[in-house]
Amino acid sequence: MGSEAIVVENVSKRFNLRHTRSLKETVVWLLKGRRGDLSSTFMALDGVDINVEVGESVALLGLNGSGKSTLLKLISGVMTTDSGTVRTRGKVAGLIEVGAGFHPDLTGRENVFLNGVILGMTEKETAERFDAIVEFSEIGKFIDTEVKFYSSGMFLRLAFAVAVHTNPDVFLIDEILSVGDEPFQKKCLARVQELRDSGCTLVVVSHDLDMVSKVCDRGVVLRQGKKVADGPIGEAVSLLREG
Amino acid sequence: MSQDALAAPDKGGGLFDVLRRRDLLRLIVRKELKVRYRSSVLGLLWSYVKPGVQFVVFYFALGVFLGLNKQPNFVIYMFSGIILVNYFSEAFGQATRSVVANAALVKKIYLPRELFPVASVWVAIVHFLPQMLILLVACFFFGWTPTIPQLIGAAGAFVIVTMLSLGLGLFFAAANVLFRDSENIVDLMLMMATWFSPVLYAWYLVRDTLGETFYFFYQLNPMTIAVELFHAAFWSPTSAVRLAPEGARLPENLLSLWLPVGLLISLLILAVGQSAFRRLEGRFAQEL
Repeated sequence: MGSEAIVVENVSKRFNLRHTRSLKETVVWLLKGRRGDLSSTFMALDGVDINVEVGESVALLGLNGSGKSTLLKLISGVMTTDSGTVRTRGKVAGLIEVGAGFHPDLTGRENVFLNGVILGMTEKETAERFDAIVEFSEIGKFIDTEVKFYSSGMFLRLAFAVAVHTNPDVFLIDEILSVGDEPFQKKCLARVQELRDSGCTLVVVSHDLDMVSKVCDRGVVLRQGKKVADGPIGEAVSLLREG
Repeated sequence: MSQDALAAPDKGGGLFDVLRRRDLLRLIVRKELKVRYRSSVLGLLWSYVKPGVQFVVFYFALGVFLGLNKQPNFVIYMFSGIILVNYFSEAFGQATRSVVANAALVKKIYLPRELFPVASVWVAIVHFLPQMLILLVACFFFGWTPTIPQLIGAAGAFVIVTMLSLGLGLFFAAANVLFRDSENIVDLMLMMATWFSPVLYAWYLVRDTLGETFYFFYQLNPMTIAVELFHAAFWSPTSAVRLAPEGARLPENLLSLWLPVGLLISLLILAVGQSAFRRLEGRFAQEL
């Protein structure tokens, strides 16, 4: 048994930019003898290798369009690779977007249960942590109100509270620590650090370089789908700052 | 903590993954039902009102005006077929839309994607049961004395329709991600479903008018088999039908031949639907 939590081997991902969406246009294209290009492609990831040990906290850094979020989606299993393999150990919770899976017509309480189970808890575990989640979110008496009446801040706080109470083995976070007001951000950060200290493996995508310096030990810099640097977070951040 | 071995994040056990996450399935079904009837006064009662109105319309149009009422207990004949086709329509139609409707989840969080079509079929079952109850009450009112094989046939019909609608639903839900035309194709298929099985007319009209060859293919339709099994279980054992001079005219070898054939065909369609779904599943997140 090794000690890696995530093994990414020679992973490539190509996106088809389809220009058409209707069956009719595709049929016409086929009848015309496939003349012209129905789609063009673009490499989001190109031969990336990353090994993450259990308990490590890694930041994925890079400019917009460098493939960070794609890599995170591949690790979480939302997308599949074109070539290469991704393997993970234990329970993975991917916070690709806060509040994904929240339904506006359900109450806060119903959403906590739905989202908790979506993120991999059992119904019983969610019930046990329910009070802690509500307390963390500071939603209080609004928990039985439908989520569509929440302010955007309340919505994000509740969604984040559910996510950070799931206790996964591997926690994937995409640009979501910038939610809510400053006191709440601090609280989120503290909670993520707490998870890290308890042995949870973290992979964070963010443009907030100060924040990742605080949370992560290691930084991986991606540029146009290729890994260009992998080392201590300080070096990665300064590489990115210099451009 | 790391007792588990390294594994691909997308485990891909297909429908078996759904079984492992029953908690989630139950919550999604509950969500669907709640969302469907949000801010509605009648709520779940709508699942009685809609087939009720449909039934009254058909009864007057076909039973009274076209004179089909002369058959004994035509009401039971029609109703037992209609509820089965309704179940099929809702399960298949909603399953087709389920993946696109849950795009926000499919794109962001990994779940066994089969959950969504399965949840749609489950919701359809929730709507089917009250209609089934009404049918049973009506049957007792008309002096219903079924035999055990007939009841087994009815259970078989339910299994046939469930597998058929799930299989077709999986197939078209996956196709719908790539081509939204699928929704319209499915709507067309559902429009014809009522008429491609002997719901509003008798099966022998098809054989007598269009010949044995056409009838053979007509009878291969799992929906036809299921509807006839329902007729055998609920309509034929009512007292007026039993006492009628010509009795209940049902296709021959319904239980011994057509029930296994129907089960086999729908199982095959389920397997095809599942494998198509599995093949396209990897592209869902980027195509939605």
